[in-house]
Amino acid sequence: MRDNNGLMVKPLFTEEMKKTHTILIPDMLTFHFELMKGVFIQHGYKVEVLKTKHKGIVDEGLQSVHNDTCYPALLVIGQFIDALKSGRYDLDRTALLISQTGGGCRASNYIFLLRKALEKNGLSHIPVLSLNFSGLEKEHSMPLPPKMLVKLVYAVLYSDFIMGIYNQCVPYEKNPGESMALVEAWNNRLLEQMGGPLFVRLGHNYKAILDDFAAIPRDKTDKIKVGIVGEIYLKYSPLGNNDLENYLISEGAEVVNSGLLDFLMYCVYNSIHDKKLYGWGGMRYHVSRFAMWYLKGRQRGMIKAIRGHGTFEPPADFASVIDMATGYLDHGVKMGEGWLLTAEMIELIHSGVNNIVSAQPFGCLPNHIVAKGMIRKIKDNFPEANIVAVDYDPGASRINQENRIKLMLANAHLSQSLEGLAQREEGIPLDALEAQAKREEDSELEVSTA
Amino acid sequence: MSYRIGIDVGSTTLKTVVLDDRGHIVEKSYQRHFSKVREMTLRHLASLEPLLREHSLKVAVTGSAGLGIARDSELEFVQEVFATAGAVRRTAPDTDVVIELGGEDAKIIFLGGTLEERMNGTCAGGTGAFIDQMATLLDVTPNQLDEMSLRAKKIYPIASRCGVFAKSDIQPLLNQGARKEDIAASIFQAVVDQTITGLAQGRKIEGKVLFLGGPLSFLKGLQLRFLQTLGLEEEHAVFPGLAPYFVALGSAYYAGNLSHQAAISYRQLMEQLQREPAKTSATHCLPSLFESQEDYIDFKARHDARTVEHREMASYSGRAFLGIDAGSTTTKLVLLDDEARILYSHYVNNGGNPIPVILEQLKLIYHLCGDRITIDASAVTGYGEELMKAAFGVDFGLVETVAHYTAARHFDPLVDFIIDIGGQDIKCFTVRDGAVDSIILNEACSSGCGSFIETFAKSLGYDIAEFSKLALFSKNPVDLGTRCTVFMNSSVKQAQKDGATVEDISAGLAISVIKNALYKVIRARSAEELGEHIVVQGGTFLNNAVLRSFEQELGRNVIRLSISELMGAYGAALYAMENGRETSSLINRKELAAFSHKAVAATCHKCTNRCPLTVNTFADGRRFISGNKCERGAGADEAGNLPNLMGYKYRRILDSIPEGNEEKTRLRVGIPLVLNQYENLPFWAAFFHALDCRVVLSGQSSRSLYMKGQHTIPSDTVCYPAKLAHGHMEELVEQGVDTIFYPCMTYNFDEGISDNCYNCPVVAYYPESIAANVESVANTRFLYPHLSLGDEKFFVGRIYTILRDAIPDLKKSEVVRASKAAYAAYADYRQDVIAAGQTALAYAREQDKKVIMMACRPYHVDPEINHGIDKLLTSLGFVIVTDDCVAHLEGKHPYNVLNQWTYHARMYNAARFTVEHPHMEMVQLISFGCGLDAVTSDEIKDILRRGGKLYTQLKIDEINNLGAVKIRLRSLLAAMEEREVTVHA
Repeated sequence: MRDNNGLMVKPLFTEEMKKTHTILIPDMLTFHFELMKGVFIQHGYKVEVLKTKHKGIVDEGLQSVHNDTCYPALLVIGQFIDALKSGRYDLDRTALLISQTGGGCRASNYIFLLRKALEKNGLSHIPVLSLNFSGLEKEHSMPLPPKMLVKLVYAVLYSDFIMGIYNQCVPYEKNPGESMALVEAWNNRLLEQMGGPLFVRLGHNYKAILDDFAAIPRDKTDKIKVGIVGEIYLKYSPLGNNDLENYLISEGAEVVNSGLLDFLMYCVYNSIHDKKLYGWGGMRYHVSRFAMWYLKGRQRGMIKAIRGHGTFEPPADFASVIDMATGYLDHGVKMGEGWLLTAEMIELIHSGVNNIVSAQPFGCLPNHIVAKGMIRKIKDNFPEANIVAVDYDPGASRINQENRIKLMLANAHLSQSLEGLAQREEGIPLDALEAQAKREEDSELEVSTA
Repeated sequence: MSYRIGIDVGSTTLKTVVLDDRGHIVEKSYQRHFSKVREMTLRHLASLEPLLREHSLKVAVTGSAGLGIARDSELEFVQEVFATAGAVRRTAPDTDVVIELGGEDAKIIFLGGTLEERMNGTCAGGTGAFIDQMATLLDVTPNQLDEMSLRAKKIYPIASRCGVFAKSDIQPLLNQGARKEDIAASIFQAVVDQTITGLAQGRKIEGKVLFLGGPLSFLKGLQLRFLQTLGLEEEHAVFPGLAPYFVALGSAYYAGNLSHQAAISYRQLMEQLQREPAKTSATHCLPSLFESQEDYIDFKARHDARTVEHREMASYSGRAFLGIDAGSTTTKLVLLDDEARILYSHYVNNGGNPIPVILEQLKLIYHLCGDRITIDASAVTGYGEELMKAAFGVDFGLVETVAHYTAARHFDPLVDFIIDIGGQDIKCFTVRDGAVDSIILNEACSSGCGSFIETFAKSLGYDIAEFSKLALFSKNPVDLGTRCTVFMNSSVKQAQKDGATVEDISAGLAISVIKNALYKVIRARSAEELGEHIVVQGGTFLNNAVLRSFEQELGRNVIRLSISELMGAYGAALYAMENGRETSSLINRKELAAFSHKAVAATCHKCTNRCPLTVNTFADGRRFISGNKCERGAGADEAGNLPNLMGYKYRRILDSIPEGNEEKTRLRVGIPLVLNQYENLPFWAAFFHALDCRVVLSGQSSRSLYMKGQHTIPSDTVCYPAKLAHGHMEELVEQGVDTIFYPCMTYNFDEGISDNCYNCPVVAYYPESIAANVESVANTRFLYPHLSLGDEKFFVGRIYTILRDAIPDLKKSEVVRASKAAYAAYADYRQDVIAAGQTALAYAREQDKKVIMMACRPYHVDPEINHGIDKLLTSLGFVIVTDDCVAHLEGKHPYNVLNQWTYHARMYNAARFTVEHPHMEMVQLISFGCGLDAVTSDEIKDILRRGGKLYTQLKIDEINNLGAVKIRLRSLLAAMEEREVTVHA
């Protein structure tokens, strides 16, 4: 529907709709979104996280958005449209939720692309909610009262925590599936606790989680550690990155993946840094300072718990992640994953994880600078860095992506076993080998002519 | 004895190496596998039975198509680049760099210093398959291409990014009569450039370089281009005879390192290789084209009935009309009688050289005409239009779109949508109220149309007719996606790996061509959106599989005439009939007998565009110059001097260095003339001038300046305007300035017309990329602070801190003054541009000229970026105004996008402005790789469409050829004229 000025009429998500409408959320962070969904439900919303992953999603995306749009937008929108057309939802009782960062890259426009896609498919009556902290889409924002916000932050903390431990457990588990079963069990337990006094006892829960995972029988063989950095959707979403994490695990690697908390702190940090670069003080600055202080504190708590327990590696302290970018790029680079992506690569290398997959949408603008643009310098400073940049888009074939990752893995194995290499790498010098091959050929010729 | 076997299954070839205990090569092989990967491997190893039978074997498989075989046969797999590196370390450890080009892969390995290995990106041709494709285009074998290249005198710039781009560069060169020898060398040069930007990604190729892979060992011309471009001494470039076998060799070495348990007998190896492939398929299948035989019969009958009336030429006497369609790869001729019946028609592959084809045809036609038939009028359309007019005196030239519409209208007066898929391009347009309503041409990136299927068929060992027939009864057509042909190649690879048959692949290709056209080019949602009376044409639709998948995808029947591939020529002939004058200027029989033609390459020096020209000379001494973008190259004087805001802005920017700049001595500040500096330069020039600093600009952009910085570009898919920055930086460093100043600007000025005022990520942060990749900036002081000009007071404080190091005696008060001057200079610049825009608009009103509102970024005024599109437009009679001249007049408006980029906000407003003004249409310039324009172009199109205007988008890249652009703009002009006639009638 359009008004007289040709503007799309955007249906509101009214208070009453809380009861009647199911809000669909696109898939991205499997662990996190389940817990976050619990928060929404507790605050009276009906919510469903989309779990679909069939080929039709890409086709819907291709048909509904400009084909040069970045792959994450194409997938998120394709997944929505595909779901709406599946017949599984009452279209008069469904709404959509999409996040908006408000930064200078295309991602802030996803919500408009989604509305256009809905219009194209005759679904423009479906309300779209924006999840953002930038004051965008005022009438169409998901309201986030403080109580809900705190719970969401806790959901992120728990999910990051569990994801980090799970990643360290699953490649080594003796009984396949045990780690994942524990994740699910803990998810359920946390959902039960939500809203109650137990839920906010982070330290207590952390310890119980650590104990449980530590009890999983594990085979402590030497595995190659591979860090994943990249555009946020492709970094996490199995739909987007062709199940990268499980692929790496199946190739005998341990995945190291920073949490969502880092991205949140990155966003907050940028608002603080804006004061230095642009003189923007005021409310936003002070709120950000407070948020930073709060989040840093929570992260330190998490790190302390893991370190104290002694079985697993804690995530990197965000304060040190911030420092990692120094000497590479300014913290003013804040579009997309900005300086954080570069900093994460260097942080990984500092913590001994030299093998890195950088997952990026084909043609992603910030990635030209913060990922591909920085690899040269990182390699110069850290010759042992083994970084592979993988492009994702609807046409890129999986075989091509896996081939690149395989090369990275082969090199990782090589450098791990470099000791024994010297005596095994024997060969005949090229000139001699060519002469030998030539002689061989000539003698064959003689044989065949004779 | 125990043998080590390396099996390298590449995308097109199979290579094997067998090593004995001493490390001697006892057997090696190299053969094309025609996608019958499994069979060929098995057959080859079977032939080795006498050699292998008695030995214990260690085997490793490698190569892009090797993974599936290794998995199914439970043999060890080794990644191919890794295998290569292993072989090089063992046989030539003093190597610094390895460059390997394979069938579809290109790889580079840096061994000296830090080990780095890279493969071509998902968007990259520049490989063996690319060379094969180009050879096919020139109708020669790769070996002939090689020989030809050695006789080259001149290198044309050919896009080096991927095969499709290069093709659209080469085709017009061919049609303009450029020497094939020169083109051959240019193709190899494109491969070299691709290797440097696409693979080296900012690391210099130097030291001892080992060249591997098939193409590099067979093609001398390619070797030569590499040597010259990299400036390598003979002794530093190694082209080993074993080059094609290196990956297999590495794989054999790798096998040797396997544990003893891995050793197997020959019999066991054969047994493992014969195992049935696992049926776990990652390839998706689509419904077959026909459900039943009856369906097919119905389909065939329906289309076969669409014939066009012919008339026997031998018995006809009277008037006749000739139409020529000088297409990109084919030449079509149609001769009509006075009732539009076909007397004679001809369709032929012109092998890239249309003149002899038409010469011969004209001779034949004159012969067949005898004394009975006179050709009263003639018309030509297609790429070769101008050359044909010059060569043969054809009466009329018309743009392809008009020719096709003329033909389609003749058969179905109600036609409302026409789609033409030819060898190289997709053209389609809707017709509303009897006038062409909107024209869609494929961008250079998706033009893998008919010729693509043909090339593919050939690579699989089929001819096109046979290949397309196979598709009709495929049970499970492979889903190959909808991107460019390079992507399709790898999708096919995957499908083959998963055991797809040639039938399934052929059907899959037909479907993907259609999906490409529908979803990538037309971007249609439904059949309703296209129209009810759809006429399809062009040679590609003669392929029944393509036609069927089009109908299937639309869910609607369409019209294909039996002369589908001749429609352009037919339309041209009709046009000649309608517009024919008393006598035709077509070359006569006598002149034809004496006709001769010679083409020589040259370069135009009349302006900075430096167009490569082809000078055609004919028997009677007439000359025709092609390749030029404006009329000056063709010998004419400056065309009319119509107001051109793009040209104005470019000059205005270059003139913004204040007078007396040369005398300033405090500091020599280098400013690269790139990206946003095309608008901010007046600001910085005035600022530094006021601080008594001398401003040194990098030179004007050019191809050679680009090449200077090419080796430091880290991401080959970034836009060309950003890539050019590397050359500009090198130039500034060479000039030896004290400081280079190029700030990062997240935010632009807030012009009060948008919700936020961001720059795009590339404009905002490219200086960071420069700092991290252009090594030479370490030799100078490079300042790239993050700045905003939005708040003058804050700016003063910030810039003062930033500059204190560079200018130790800097005083705050000076900075205050300099800032004032800077803001004033910027305001002056904007005022001047706005005023010039008003003057241009007034001129257009007074002189009754059509106006093009150009939606573009400030840097699009750089002639190296816009390739002279502005001159082309003025030569067509348009006045050019740019978005920034009028954006402020519209105020702030809500749009259906998040309006958050300053440059783009101007475009939306300018689109509104265009809607409100008659005789004005908007053209949007889009640099390839510009992600933001995926958002903006849809919104601009929407605004224009709702206001009843046309939307024309021109995608530009480093490609220097305006062939497709010209079609678009001429079609736009024709559509505007047609609309005005309709309005007045």
